[in-house]
Amino acid sequence: MTTHALDGHEHVHGMPADTSTGLDSRKMAFWGFIGSECLLFGSLIATYMAYKGNSLNGPYPHDTVINGQHHEGILNIPLTSFSTFILLMSSVAMVMGLHFVQRGERNRATLWLFLTAFFGSIFLGCQVFEFTHFYHEGLTLKSNLFGSTFYVLTGFHGAHVTVGVVYLLTLTWMSHRGRLPPRKALNVEIAGLYWHFVDVIWIVIFPLVYLVR
Amino acid sequence: MASTATLAPPHAPAAAHAHPTGIWSWITTVDHKRIGILYGVTSFFFFLVAGVEALLIRVQLAVPNNDFLSAELYNQLFTMHALTMIFGALMPLTAAFFNYIVPLQIGARDVAFPRLNALSYWVYLFGSIFLNVGFMLPLFGGDAQAPNSGWFAYAPITTNQFSPGFGMDFYVLGLQILGLSSIMASLNFIITIVNLRAPGMRLMRMPIFTWMTLITAVLIVTAMAVFTIAVTELMFDRVFGTNFYNLRNAAGQVTGSDPLLWQHLFWIFGHPEVYILILPIMGMISETIPTFSRKPLFGYNVMVFSGVLIGWLGWGVWSHHMFATGMGPIADSFFALSTMLIGIPTGIKVFNWLGTMWGGSIRFTTSMLFSIAFIAMFTIGGISGVMHSAAPSDLQQTDTYFIVAHLHYVFFGGTVLGLWAGMYYWYPKVFGRLLDERMGKAHFWLTLIGMNLTFFPMHFLGMFGMLRRTFTYADNMGFNEMNMMATIGAFLIAIGTLIFAVNLFTAWKRGKPAGHNPWGAATLEWSIPSPPPVYNFHTIPVVHSRVPLWEKNPAVADVVEHDPESSEFAEAEDEDEGQGQGSHIAVAGVDLGEVPTPRDKNRMSADELGIHLPPPSYWPIVLAMGVSAVFIGLIFRRVDGPLHNLWLLTVVGVFTVILSIYAWAFEPGHSPHH
Repeated sequence: MTTHALDGHEHVHGMPADTSTGLDSRKMAFWGFIGSECLLFGSLIATYMAYKGNSLNGPYPHDTVINGQHHEGILNIPLTSFSTFILLMSSVAMVMGLHFVQRGERNRATLWLFLTAFFGSIFLGCQVFEFTHFYHEGLTLKSNLFGSTFYVLTGFHGAHVTVGVVYLLTLTWMSHRGRLPPRKALNVEIAGLYWHFVDVIWIVIFPLVYLVR
Repeated sequence: MASTATLAPPHAPAAAHAHPTGIWSWITTVDHKRIGILYGVTSFFFFLVAGVEALLIRVQLAVPNNDFLSAELYNQLFTMHALTMIFGALMPLTAAFFNYIVPLQIGARDVAFPRLNALSYWVYLFGSIFLNVGFMLPLFGGDAQAPNSGWFAYAPITTNQFSPGFGMDFYVLGLQILGLSSIMASLNFIITIVNLRAPGMRLMRMPIFTWMTLITAVLIVTAMAVFTIAVTELMFDRVFGTNFYNLRNAAGQVTGSDPLLWQHLFWIFGHPEVYILILPIMGMISETIPTFSRKPLFGYNVMVFSGVLIGWLGWGVWSHHMFATGMGPIADSFFALSTMLIGIPTGIKVFNWLGTMWGGSIRFTTSMLFSIAFIAMFTIGGISGVMHSAAPSDLQQTDTYFIVAHLHYVFFGGTVLGLWAGMYYWYPKVFGRLLDERMGKAHFWLTLIGMNLTFFPMHFLGMFGMLRRTFTYADNMGFNEMNMMATIGAFLIAIGTLIFAVNLFTAWKRGKPAGHNPWGAATLEWSIPSPPPVYNFHTIPVVHSRVPLWEKNPAVADVVEHDPESSEFAEAEDEDEGQGQGSHIAVAGVDLGEVPTPRDKNRMSADELGIHLPPPSYWPIVLAMGVSAVFIGLIFRRVDGPLHNLWLLTVVGVFTVILSIYAWAFEPGHSPHH
């Protein structure tokens, strides 16, 4: 029995963690955090779905006819499809980044980590453009049920992407400085968990908000 | 063991190891035991605050047509009584026990994330203070503006249109802070329990208190998330003018928002919250009753699974709080049935506690008295709960004092009595000294008689039609006598609590020294000195059964699985008191003469033993300040005049959070790779 094993997350040189389950505590905590996040997003999505189509005044998300009057939908589906695709591709880049960190190929790891953050930024850029455009079209947080639920749900997701981009840029910088050797690959793996989660949530949000009428 | 004779008496506090003192050492501590004590002291303080609020309510209701309190202040008091009790006192009191006891019960040296643990505490402290700021406004020349809508804060009545003051802002912002704290603390406990168990402690060997902590933590992590979103949406409505609950938007148009949205979101959280408050207590009782009956818990497996079942079913019953909203017969039937189902695992637990006591040699210590009272009082509360699970019956009881009676039998007769049982039980482990039993018995009888005098008549008051949350009542309703009884009872509880507080305080310095295991209990926390050394266990124990410290006891040897190789416990128990323990089990192949005795080790410092402990850190409190500033700043968005600019506090908070997260991540000595 070692008297040295204080914490579950104490382990040496990439060896399996000395914990009851053999899993690293930080990784497990992140899974727990993701579980909690599922409920956070779940509640926001539930609110959106409960109010979907219930707005009594415009602008409306999709083309609508009310009392014989045609209202043009505000959502730009091609643009968001593009940014969705970019966000998905960033997950591929994340996988590559982790792969090269684990292999100890510093330059390639740095490149792929940076690409992940870069793709994330493109997604954010599209969202900023979209929000600005909607604002000029008259859709604000205050205008109607759609405005409130749309901005808060997608904005909450956008905030997560922003945190992820900052997180990834930090890792990029660490990798560049040679501070991410293979034995620290878990740091990148955990960031990857977060990043993939943020992607998966968007895969739920995108069809529900943009595609389903 | 021979060597024990040369050492200090067994009950000398094990303080020989280096133990930093002073206020700074408490602010920067990451030791789960100190954080547990901080949680305990703070939440007991808020328990007293909420108790005083309850007394004010009872004074107002003592006689009809009373004008002791204004209606507005009365609304604030009953709301803050509930909020402070639930979020400021009872949940954190259970967290105090989680912090202190769970790592000891599973044979760990600390929680999985010591700094996160400290962060949870500081966020909780700032959040509960902030929640109470509304009552302090008169100090600055304003009116008291605490939350005044009941703890459930039904929107849309809590939107700006109907609650224009700042009261509900303290609610939405304060509870977001407190929710964050609970989620972080609970994640920590889940990982600690799953990952830091001593070798041999399989899941089905964990003490029941640890099991119930795990289930509670899972409930908090999930249910609190739903609540956080409900409150965030209300915050957006109040601060940024969104339309989640607002009936009219900024331009005055009808929004079409659903008045039931909040109720659903709130009760999806609110009902698991009820189990968050009772499951830990069920765990405590499952520790005290076996100890004081000298019998292992009856039906351990069933106890675990019924706990899991209660947690699981707790997610499917929320709408029984909403029968009066008219959801229709299908929804009503579903939620009535699922609610009744919960009676089954709860009943199983009650009978298993009785089965544990059956045929045991019971010692009626104060802790045991509270435990037995818990079973009786909680059963009354549970049965009245099943009564209003039937929707037609509930319609008669909704918003009457019958509900007040029910929930106080569950929260006071359940949670509070159980917490006090746990307090008398574990206080000696925490402070090394026993609480006074004479004062304890006075506390017990005053509390038990007082609570029944207070809450039992409320059943009848409710049936006679007295409404909750109404600040007074007419003279000729037949309510007078029973209200006076309830007020007298409340003051009996207060006297009992006062005795308890004196007991807690005096025993700290002058109580009878406790020794390692004053109750002869079976779980790991009793194998080490009281108070435990900073590293808890000098050698991580190996566990071979559910009742490790009873393994050698011939009285129970035939009912527990006995493992002759339990060398760790052979040692651990021998050091304990030393006398009356019978023979020492020699361990084959180990020359005991060369093994340093455990007592020696217990008096050594962590460095001497080569145990790495995380260094103290001030980043948790800095980060907690940042998190609180983010939310506190938002309230100034709703203030007019020069104070409006103070919302920049939010910006300062965001930057503090970012800075502290980086400092935290790169802080030396905490990195997992050094």
